[in-house]
Amino acid sequence: MTRLTVPKTYKLYIGGKFPRSESGRTYEVATKKGAFLANAALASRKDARDAVVAARAAFSGWSGATGYNRGQVLYRIAELLEGRREQFIDELMATESLSKSAATAQLDTAIDAWVWYAGWADKYVQVAGNGNPVSGPYFNLSTPEPSGVIAIVAPQDSSSLLGLVSVIAPALVSGNTVVVVAHQNAPLSAISLSEVLATSDVPGGVVNILTGSPAEIAPWLASHADVNGLDLAGAEQLEWVDLQIAAADTLKRVLGPVVGVPAPSVERIVQWTETKTVWHTKSLI
Amino acid sequence: MTENDKALSAKVPSFLDYAPAPESTSVLHLKKHYGLFIDGEFVDGRGDAFSTISPATEKEIASISNANSADVDVAVAAARKAYDRTWSKLSGADRGKYLFRIARLVQERARELAVAESLDNGKPIKESRDVDVPLVAAWFFYYAGWADKLDYAGLGPNPQSLGVAAQVIPWNFPLLMLAWKIAPALAAGNTVVIKPAETTPLSAMIFAEILQQADLPKGVVNIVTGAGDTGHALVNHPDVNKVAFTGSTGVGRAIAKSVAGTGKKVTLELGGKAANIVFDDAPMDQAIEGIVNGIFFNQGHVCCAGSRLLVQENVHDEVVDRLKARLSTLRMGDPLDKNTDIGAINSKAQLDRIRELSDIGEAEGSERWTADCPIPENGFWFAPTIFTNVSTSSRIAREEVFGPVLSVLTFRTPAEAIAKANNTPYGLSAGIWSEKGSRVLAVADKLRAGVIWANTFNRFDPASPFGGYKESGYGREGGRHGLASYLESAGWAAPAVTKGGKK
Repeated sequence: MTRLTVPKTYKLYIGGKFPRSESGRTYEVATKKGAFLANAALASRKDARDAVVAARAAFSGWSGATGYNRGQVLYRIAELLEGRREQFIDELMATESLSKSAATAQLDTAIDAWVWYAGWADKYVQVAGNGNPVSGPYFNLSTPEPSGVIAIVAPQDSSSLLGLVSVIAPALVSGNTVVVVAHQNAPLSAISLSEVLATSDVPGGVVNILTGSPAEIAPWLASHADVNGLDLAGAEQLEWVDLQIAAADTLKRVLGPVVGVPAPSVERIVQWTETKTVWHTKSLI
Repeated sequence: MTENDKALSAKVPSFLDYAPAPESTSVLHLKKHYGLFIDGEFVDGRGDAFSTISPATEKEIASISNANSADVDVAVAAARKAYDRTWSKLSGADRGKYLFRIARLVQERARELAVAESLDNGKPIKESRDVDVPLVAAWFFYYAGWADKLDYAGLGPNPQSLGVAAQVIPWNFPLLMLAWKIAPALAAGNTVVIKPAETTPLSAMIFAEILQQADLPKGVVNIVTGAGDTGHALVNHPDVNKVAFTGSTGVGRAIAKSVAGTGKKVTLELGGKAANIVFDDAPMDQAIEGIVNGIFFNQGHVCCAGSRLLVQENVHDEVVDRLKARLSTLRMGDPLDKNTDIGAINSKAQLDRIRELSDIGEAEGSERWTADCPIPENGFWFAPTIFTNVSTSSRIAREEVFGPVLSVLTFRTPAEAIAKANNTPYGLSAGIWSEKGSRVLAVADKLRAGVIWANTFNRFDPASPFGGYKESGYGREGGRHGLASYLESAGWAAPAVTKGGKK
C-alpha cells in the first residue's frame, strides 16, 4: 500500500500572509504534458493593490535597516533554500519538465545568486556613492537610496525559480520592497519561496508574490501611483510598451524585457536607487 | 500690517537707495537675426522666424530662426555624421582639449554672455555675472578632464558613448542648462542636437560663435531654436539615441511616454516643491538670507527653489517678521543694473501663471504679504510675496509656482517636519537649517529628495550630482554620476554564479 499524499494548497503571499485571491479565482497548474499539479490563486486587480499597500507599509522598516542587517537577512534566505533543496527540485522537475540535474543546477544558481546579492547590501553604497569635491566650504556627499516600491514581472520563458530570484534580489538589496508577478505556468517554486521568506527574517510586506496572469495584473501595477519602479524583465510577450507608457504617468523608473534570465549585476541594484546629494555647510573657525 | 511694515513701506530715503548703475550693453555685438546652428554654420530655418524680447522692456532683441521637423532632420543627420566620422574616432584627450578650449572662451567672453543672458532672460546681472556664467565655464572645465578618464567613471572598463543626444532645455538658466547638457555629452563622446527655450535663445547663439572660435568639428553640436513643436520633433526623431530634458513635469511625462519602447536612454530633470525646514536652533541670520536666496534667487524661476518654508512653530513669528523686513530691502528693476536683486519675470505667460496661483492661494484662505516695491511700467514683474497660514492641501503648497512666491507652513517636531516635507509627488531638493549637526544628519537621511542643502540653499557645482526622486524625474546631472547619463556600461566581468554555480 502506498501512502495517500497530502497535496499543498498554493496561495498568494501578501503582507507576510498567505491569502487566497480575493476574487476567489484559481487556475490549473499542470506539467508540460498536461497532468494536474495544483490549483494556484489567480490574482486580481484588488490583490495587486493590496500587495502595493503592503509593500509601501513595509518600506520604511526595510529601507531603514542597516545594510549589514539586510545582508544577513538575505543571506539567511540562501540558507533556508539550501535546506529545502528536495522540495524545490521536485517542483522544478514537475512544472518545467526538467531532469533532476537540470533542476538541481537551476536551484544551485539561484542560491548562489542570493548569496552574491546578499553580500552587496553593505557595499553597493560605497561603489555607487561619491564624495564630491565642490568649490566651497561644504562637505558634499552623494549616497544611493532605495527608490521605494518596485513592481516586477518575473521572467516567463524558463527557469521559474532562478528568474524570480534574479529580479527580486537586486531590488531588495538596497531596501526596496517588491510586488512580483511569478512565472505564470510554473508558479509553484515562487510560492514555496514565499514560505521560505515567511519563515526567514524578511519582514512581512517586503516581498509580495502574486500568481496568475501577468497580462491581467501588470497593467494595474504599471499604472499604480504608489509604485516607484517597474521591472518588465518577463514582459516580452505582453504589450510592454503600453505598460511603459502607463508607468510614465507617475514617472516610474522602468527596466525593459530581458531574454531569458538577467545575469547578476550591480547595475540591477543601482537601477532601483536614487542618488541623494547632501551639502553640509562647514562653519567658520 | 504691523507698525514695522508701515515704517518700511513708507520708503523714506535711506542709504539703501542706490543710484542706477546699469551694466553697459556695448560689450554685445548682436546680429539682427540668428539662424539655426547646424553642421558648424548658421543657416535659416524653414519655419516662421520669431522674436526674442527683453522681459524687462518687452522690446525685441533679435529675430530667431524657427526649426521645423525638416530642419531637425538635417541637424540630427549632421550630428550623426559628426559622430560616425569625427567625434567617436577622436581620442578622449582630444575631446577634452576641445572642452577646455570652450571653457576658456566662455571665461574670455564672460561679460558679454552675462549681459546677453540678463537682457534676454530678465535675471539680475549680478546673478548671470556671478553665478550662471562662472558655473558654465566650470562645467566645461570639469567635464573636459573626464573625457580621457572614462574608465574611472564607475561603469566598468571602456564604457561606450551612446551616439546622438537630443537635448531640450528651459528658460530659467538658459546658458547654464546648455552647459549641463552639452559638457558631459561631449566628454562621453556623443554628439548633440540641442533646443534652447523659445523665450531665451540668445546666449546659445553667442555660444555657437564660441564653438566656431574653438574650431569644434562641424556637426558635433547643433543648435535648433523653436518652440514645443521643434522639441517634439527632436526628442521623437528616430535617429537619436539619448534624450535629456529639463523642464516641467507635464512635458517630462509626455516625453517619457513618447520614448517608451524606443530604447532611447532618457534623463529627466523636472519640477519640484522643495521644503526648506527651519528649526528653532537655526543660525537665524544665515537662515533668513538662505530662505531669501532659496525662493527669490532668479525670481523663483528655479526647479529646486525652496518654495515651501517649514518653520518650527515657536520661531514662526520671528522668522516671518525678519523675512518681511529683509524683503523690503530688495531692489526690483532693471536686470542690467548691478544693484538689482529681483529682475523681471521671464514671460507674460509665466507672469499670468504666478498671478493665477497667487490669487488661488488667497482664495484658499492663506494670508498674502507682498513687498512694497515700485513696479516698472513696461515688462513683466512680480514683487516678492509671502503666504502665511498656508495649509498643506492648498495649491500654493502643492504646485510649483515657479515664481517669487513663498508659502510658509509650521511644524512642532522633527517627525512632523519630515512628514510634511515628504508629502509631495516631487522630490528634487530640500533645505535644513539647524546648528545641531546630529539633527541635520538624521533629518537629511529621512528626506526623499535628490539634493539637500544643510545651512545653505541653491548651491550648484559641476562636481555635485543634481536630480530628483519620484516625479521630479530621473537620472543625475553633474559629477561622476552625470557621466552615467551619457554612457553605456560595456559590462563588468560576469560573476561566477552565472555559470551555474560550478567553476
